[in-house]
Amino acid sequence: MDRRHPLATVCLYAALGLGALFMVVPLAWMVLTSLKTFPEVIHSPPVWFPSAPQWGNYRTVMAGFAFYRLFLNSLFVAAMVIAGTILTCCPAAYAFAFHEVRHREILFGILLTSLMLPAQVTIIPLFRVFSAIHWVNTYLPLVVPAWLGGNVFGIFLLRQSFRAIPRSLIDAARIDGATEWTILWRLVVPVSMPAVLTVCVFTFIWSWNDLFNPLIYLQDESMATLPVGLLYFINRSQQIASASADQVPWQLVMTLATVMVLPLIALFAFVQRRLVESVASSGVKG
Amino acid sequence: MSARGPRSTWFWFLAGPALLGFACFNLAPMAYSLWLSLCRYEVVSPPRFIGFGNYAYLFVHDPSFWPSVRVTLAFTLTQLPLSIVASLGFALALNQPIRGRGFLRSLFFLPSILPQAVFAVVFVYLFQADGGVLNGILGCLGIRGQAWTTNPAWALPVLVTASMWGFGYPLVVFLGGLQNVPRELYEAAHMDGAGPWERFRHVTLPLISPVIFFNLVMGTIGALKVFDLAYVFSVTQGKPPGGPARATLFYGLNLYEQAFGYFHMGLASAMAWLLFAVVLVITAVNFRLGRRWVHYGD
Repeated sequence: MDRRHPLATVCLYAALGLGALFMVVPLAWMVLTSLKTFPEVIHSPPVWFPSAPQWGNYRTVMAGFAFYRLFLNSLFVAAMVIAGTILTCCPAAYAFAFHEVRHREILFGILLTSLMLPAQVTIIPLFRVFSAIHWVNTYLPLVVPAWLGGNVFGIFLLRQSFRAIPRSLIDAARIDGATEWTILWRLVVPVSMPAVLTVCVFTFIWSWNDLFNPLIYLQDESMATLPVGLLYFINRSQQIASASADQVPWQLVMTLATVMVLPLIALFAFVQRRLVESVASSGVKG
Repeated sequence: MSARGPRSTWFWFLAGPALLGFACFNLAPMAYSLWLSLCRYEVVSPPRFIGFGNYAYLFVHDPSFWPSVRVTLAFTLTQLPLSIVASLGFALALNQPIRGRGFLRSLFFLPSILPQAVFAVVFVYLFQADGGVLNGILGCLGIRGQAWTTNPAWALPVLVTASMWGFGYPLVVFLGGLQNVPRELYEAAHMDGAGPWERFRHVTLPLISPVIFFNLVMGTIGALKVFDLAYVFSVTQGKPPGGPARATLFYGLNLYEQAFGYFHMGLASAMAWLLFAVVLVITAVNFRLGRRWVHYGD
């Protein structure tokens, strides 16, 4: 390869620096804002750094706004969704990887089309049915689909990984008299642990971030998950300050946003390599 | 066949829950929503068949349908090219041997795992008239800022900027494609006297065309069904959804309002099916055109 021109190197680093700023500044601004006072957040020109960090904002949000409740709600839903996803997506992926039935690939293709299906198409019938059976305002509409293999992307990722297992290994276990159920949980899943963990992480992110479904199904404020709670919070503060609609208490909104983002960043710190790799390969194989 | 019998029983047992879920939560609702789209259904009374009445109403009379189509198209046509170019450009840069490459990759990817609700509140505040970062920077340069989010001309660009925060995802997909390009091909092209541009044009581009294609299809679908960003934006503005002056009345937001704001469920089902049809057509066209320019190896 030819050596890079020094000027090209400078340009490369400058561009990367600008890009990195675009990624970091909003996050930094969110955290900084969460530590300011209200006069500081609406001051013009903006106050870059809080004169004294207002840790009290975190106390205000947690105490005054049933915050623990929201956090636990989000955590509970995510845990239930992850459990269901693993329990039903692993078997499905195993079946689609190692069990021959007629038209299996076509069936799998049809299953994959649901990745293209906008949620808006199914939400109205589902809402109607879930209302009729009194599931609205419970966590069931969020959790039950996951217990029926609702995470098709997960099935796809797991199947990719399962297929890398040599057939002979599976056949050997079959000859030894192991049932398919045992082979799946004692052999296939342990060998594919990285993929299983990746699916867990993706499922967590997806459930934690979901706004659309909780917004529709959870009408009771004490049931809300964090993203919906954020909306309630903004709504309520606007009603209090109804005189001028743009008097949102941004320092508290950013406090909530920071707390919502923290678990994601902590998780990301542990699994970033694996996550980035699996996204990188999804386009190549997909 | 007899040897296959028990094995295929296991298939249905193992894949059964997922297939049942697919039937219950995708297929059946799809069919039902197609039926509802042909009905007048406003929750208080049962659905009543009216043929293509909803579709006709949407196309001819509905005051919000075409504006919302326009907003979504404008968003897609700006956000998609910007995000493809930015993510490809930065992927090429991050594929160079540079210091801190792994860290930078993770940094660029990080925002794309955060909730869209956070995208919305953070960027609304960045663009806020008083206390916003943008006006602060402009102020330092001696330019008078403005209230970007309440200006009909600027509200949509604010949301395009916000969604650009997530371009790390297609970037990482591009990186996956770039890492699959065999080094020998570059060396061979170099031997043949190909400059950087020729190498990019004749080696890199054809070889990563499958991932370009993937990002194009996924990016289009994602842009067409935007909801979270638009909804949270509206809530922060404390005004009726889609403002200012319908500038952010995304199709997905309009659909939600029709269904769960006004309970025009039949009409909203028709909107949902139109969206689905457009997604299908665009994907099919992409696949068709893709045959001309996407090169699949092996």
